[in-house]
Amino acid sequence: MNKEFKISSYSHIKNQTVSVNGNVLFTDDSEDFTTFIKAAYKFLDTGYSKFFKMDNLSKLAFLAADVLLKQEDLNEDENNIALIFSNKASSLDTDRKHQATIKNDAEYFPSPAIFVYTLPNICLGEISIKHKLYSENSFFIFDRFNPEHLQLYANSLLRSEKSEKVLCGWVDIEENIYEAFLYLVESNGEIEHNTEEIIRLYKIL
Amino acid sequence: MSELKEELKAKIIEQLNLEDVSVAEIADDDPLFGDGLGLDSIDALELIVMLDKDYGIRLSDPKEGRKIFESVEVMASYIEEHRTK
Repeated sequence: MNKEFKISSYSHIKNQTVSVNGNVLFTDDSEDFTTFIKAAYKFLDTGYSKFFKMDNLSKLAFLAADVLLKQEDLNEDENNIALIFSNKASSLDTDRKHQATIKNDAEYFPSPAIFVYTLPNICLGEISIKHKLYSENSFFIFDRFNPEHLQLYANSLLRSEKSEKVLCGWVDIEENIYEAFLYLVESNGEIEHNTEEIIRLYKIL
Repeated sequence: MSELKEELKAKIIEQLNLEDVSVAEIADDDPLFGDGLGLDSIDALELIVMLDKDYGIRLSDPKEGRKIFESVEVMASYIEEHRTK
């Protein structure tokens, strides 16, 4: 019989609000994403100056992951937590910023700091560096939030013992419209790891 | 020259997103890389673009940056000597 897994915690960043397990940690009036996420970073005492060099997708994913992972008793050297993220817009928000730096031949100054973020999976690297995650990571592009795929993949990684835990979810941003929903799957937890529960949690905020 | 150095400090902070650093905290001879401001390889590339965009200086060999970006003092001297705008 296949082993069953649980959802031990989850986070949302959406509508100017950061929450963990349905409890609001931070909320702000700012409709501008950059202002909001900076205020959230400071309020949540994140203390990671490289955060300010990240693109907006990475800032969103990083903070949504950070509020969950800092609750875990992580090893300082290495952690076997896989990352399976997804979204609809890929890195389009940053791709547009890069395009703006190269569209005019007379002002052709592509920014290396922007260009390095023109792939959605870079955010997984940022999270992995901060939390010393040495495990599988994948970033999928879907038309919509796809709990079936996330559940199947997470179960596969856990059953094959490639990972001890899997952090899954959706992080999507286009200018000031953003949405992050991440959840941690492992052996222990209160919430069943099935698509109905994943959808229920996704819709909480 | 001192005006240029202050300008460079402000540009470095803004363009490299050094959120926790102020102009007053950067000494003219502080190393920009390593133990100084702790800039990385992407920052070095960004500084090369800044030299081109703001001062009309094109480095043909990125390795030149290693010496030019030693400190704000060294950068300012190089810019004074080579700027085309």
